[in-house]
Amino acid sequence: MKKRGIFLRKAKDGLIRIFSAMTILLAIGVMVWILYTVICKGAAIMSFGFLTHASKPFGIAAGGVANAILGSLLITLGAAIIAIPPAVCAGIYLAEFSTYPKLSGVLRFCANVMMGIPSVLVGLFVYMLMVATMGHFSGLSASVALAIIMFPVIMRTTEDMLLMIPYTLRESALALGMTKTRTTLAVVCRSAKNGLLTGILLALSRVSGETAPLLFTALFSDSWPTGYFSEPTANLPVLITEYATNSPFESMQRAGWGAALVVTILVLCSNLGVRIFFREKKSGQ
Amino acid sequence: MGNKIETKNLNFFYGSHQALFDNNLAVEENSIMAVIGPSGCGKSTHLRTYNRIFELYRGQHVKGEILLDGKNIFDPDVDILELRRKVGMIFQKPTPFPMSVFDNVAYPLRLHFKHSKQELAERVEIALRGASLWDEVKDKLKYSGLALSGGQQQRLCIARAIAVEPEVLLMDEPTSAIDPIATLKIEELMVELKKKFTIVIVTHNMQQAARISDNVAFFYKGEIIEVGSAEMMFTHPRNPKTEEYITGRFG
Ligand SMILES: Nc1ncnc2c1ncn2[C@@H]1O[C@H](COP(=O)(O)OP(=O)(O)OP(=O)(O)O)[C@@H](O)[C@H]1O
Ligand SMILES: [Mg+2]
Repeated sequence: MKKRGIFLRKAKDGLIRIFSAMTILLAIGVMVWILYTVICKGAAIMSFGFLTHASKPFGIAAGGVANAILGSLLITLGAAIIAIPPAVCAGIYLAEFSTYPKLSGVLRFCANVMMGIPSVLVGLFVYMLMVATMGHFSGLSASVALAIIMFPVIMRTTEDMLLMIPYTLRESALALGMTKTRTTLAVVCRSAKNGLLTGILLALSRVSGETAPLLFTALFSDSWPTGYFSEPTANLPVLITEYATNSPFESMQRAGWGAALVVTILVLCSNLGVRIFFREKKSGQ
Repeated sequence: MGNKIETKNLNFFYGSHQALFDNNLAVEENSIMAVIGPSGCGKSTHLRTYNRIFELYRGQHVKGEILLDGKNIFDPDVDILELRRKVGMIFQKPTPFPMSVFDNVAYPLRLHFKHSKQELAERVEIALRGASLWDEVKDKLKYSGLALSGGQQQRLCIARAIAVEPEVLLMDEPTSAIDPIATLKIEELMVELKKKFTIVIVTHNMQQAARISDNVAFFYKGEIIEVGSAEMMFTHPRNPKTEEYITGRFG
């Protein structure tokens, strides 16, 4: 047998190492760049008033973004309440209870198709379903649109996370005479808790930046989001789009950047907060 | 002593693939039966029929009877949860639940029995002592079961299994993922446990089988080739295949 050149093997090894390190640097670089821009431009306008006052009608500079923050929180919370319970249950069903492989295959395929639908279409669909029939824009319809976007994502990640739990764990619970439901909830889901949570958080952060579906549903408003169920509702993504791109006034563009910073911080905080809160108590330190 | 378990003409199928052929085996009460044989001969398959755990999977089915105290466990009036409480199982890899050491034992216990808080704590202690784990974990009851060492985790699984007051313990290579010292501990434990339970253990370790078992069953290609007392099987096996396997001249 001929021996392969060691130099060549080492060179290949080195090349691949350098290449993968560079791609990581690239990804981190882009992230830092975006963060830097958002922070620099957004921080300039940050003030107590900006965070506590409602926005003013188009062109009046003095307003804040507090109504949009509150509206966004309401809309996202609504979407979470509508989407998370059924999506998690559907994922659990697919991973643990489904006894018809063909049916599961069809469900999975549908979820994948659903994930591929552009969010504009979801917005349009909810517009026809709720806004047009009821005759008014509303925060609730925005929640429904975001929930539709979240549903397949959470369902699939739930299923994937549960399937990663080794089968012997289920068997050992069932072998103790525990029912299937107990096993699923107390052992399997608990083992997969962090994964499930990550899936939910990813879905939440993804929809909290969605703009297109909100244009058809929540629209925008300069008042406080008291009419969540029946009126246009203020929200950050639409505010950012409108202020940063549609306005000739420089003060409004700056407010747009401020709102962008607020979104970034909110998503970051909710991510970190939930992670710290649910951290596994390992050896009880 | 009577027979705790009697297998009668047991055949097992993975779909259309038959893995066990007419297994007949009697396990005496309060004894340790070691199941040995080359890889893929059907030891695990055989063991997994005793608590009907194979029924989780589509296409796996049996023909034949398994009598537990004279009652066929495949009879329609047998309650599966009760059967699995009576016939506990320990797996090759330790499988602690993602909860505290205490709850690992208490959780399944609570599902089967109504106990006051204090009774429950006593039961957990008895089970942990029974698995000779108490002294090592009595100050760590609130810690996660996942934070114990591998050998401790395996004994936690044993404690969990004996807490629900089973009559039979099935063990599928319970020490193959564990270091020699922890293995020795678990072997001593098994000899202690057989006073209260009937134990069926699958093992690849001939020394282990010789050390702890009362009877040995040799499996080969899904058939039980030879059954006998450990002493006889390891000194004068009747079947040449058994002898080849035990002496390590298998091929
Ligand atoms: N899930 C399965 N589907 C189909 N065939 C299987 C399955 N599990 C096991 N078998 C087959 O059944 C036979 C017996 O397997 P089994 O796992 O009982 O062997 P074993 O004696 O426990 O082996 P080992 O010592 O390696 O654990 C083997 O031929 C195996 O290929
Ligand atoms: Mg096996």
